[in-house]
Amino acid sequence: MHNFNYHRAADVADAAAKLTATEDPKLLAGGMTLLPTLKNRLAAPSDLIDLAAISDLKGISVESGEVVVRAMTPHAVVAASAEVQKALPALAQLAGNIGDPAVRHRGTIGGSVANSDPAADYPAACVGLDATIVTSQRKIAADDFFVGLFETALEPSEIITEVRFQIPDRAYYMKFRHPASGYAVVGVMVAQFGAKVRVAVTGAGPCVFRVAEMEAALEKSFAPASVANIHVSAEQLMGDIHCSAAYRAHLITVYARRAVEAMVG
Amino acid sequence: MDIDVKMTVNGKAVSGKVEARTLLVQFIREHLRLTGTHVGCDTTQCGCCVVHVDGVAMKSCTMLAVQADGKAITTIEGLAAADGTLHPMQQAFRDHHGLQCGFCTPGMVMMGVDIANRLPGADEKTVRHQLEGNICRCTGYQGIVEAIMDASAVMNAARS
Repeated sequence: MHNFNYHRAADVADAAAKLTATEDPKLLAGGMTLLPTLKNRLAAPSDLIDLAAISDLKGISVESGEVVVRAMTPHAVVAASAEVQKALPALAQLAGNIGDPAVRHRGTIGGSVANSDPAADYPAACVGLDATIVTSQRKIAADDFFVGLFETALEPSEIITEVRFQIPDRAYYMKFRHPASGYAVVGVMVAQFGAKVRVAVTGAGPCVFRVAEMEAALEKSFAPASVANIHVSAEQLMGDIHCSAAYRAHLITVYARRAVEAMVG
Repeated sequence: MDIDVKMTVNGKAVSGKVEARTLLVQFIREHLRLTGTHVGCDTTQCGCCVVHVDGVAMKSCTMLAVQADGKAITTIEGLAAADGTLHPMQQAFRDHHGLQCGFCTPGMVMMGVDIANRLPGADEKTVRHQLEGNICRCTGYQGIVEAIMDASAVMNAARS
């Protein structure tokens, strides 16, 4: 790992000021992706700005129709939260299956969302649960936030402060977990909001995406059979050492069907 | 530019000067010479480097020493009693042959204590899932799982 200057931000404004004042900075949240990246010398920022000391970036609240998770809240806290388990069990379950226990003790929702890893779980929750990403500057709908492979709508000096998830009537996250890394080979979040349904897929494309055809079919009839024969084209999907794009396309149909089965069963 | 860090390790106040990029595990092993904490993969996969930070299991190869500034760290050296009596988790690993070569053992024991603290009375399936960030390449987990369940019961009894 190349060396860097280390800064501990006192508050969000201080972190934003340091982001602007330094040459090639990175924000340090839980570090579960950033530190391995630095160790492999895939990145060499001049400055790391640690957000860990900002106490008002931590915590969870359930407000009218929304679960609000502050950006520096670790996955383990979301998974173990009685409030989240009651209001939005699919989110607690998703958080509890990220990585491994030691990783969940450090990794944060803000870090995960800002990174837009194509195989991360939280992006599926953000898009599937119609979340709003709140930053130091504005509010961004999850649908507009994830732009591409490791790419988001965030400006260079913008800092995520919280993620606000809409509480659906019901939701389920079904994931084919990579047995070594715990990342999603394919993960599908299905959520029902009254007559509206959202289907968000992670692990398969360059970043999380919705499947409009499945959403329309489930809005017509919310049953496993509605999605069982809807196939996503493999053309825009990822093929890698783990499996082909065609296999991932197949898994999307299977996991969407199983998620609906779990919801109606 | 070196940075001053201060923390409590196994109940003792320690301090040192580190580079920003110094990992917590390097600080523990190379500055404090507490070599019980191991580095297996150095990529956040294997769990050999698990220590407790403010009572919670974390991988010390994926944490900077400066991030541990002001925290309380417990390493494998801090588990046994001052008179040498093994911690119930260490004793259970011994009783159940929960180790063979011993390389993964410090991390396994620290994760075992963390599991027992967080999930008292966890069943075997849960314990196996909770161990997914700790890799053993020789015993095959059976003795490890038995040891954690046994020690968990002993720790539970001691708490009540």
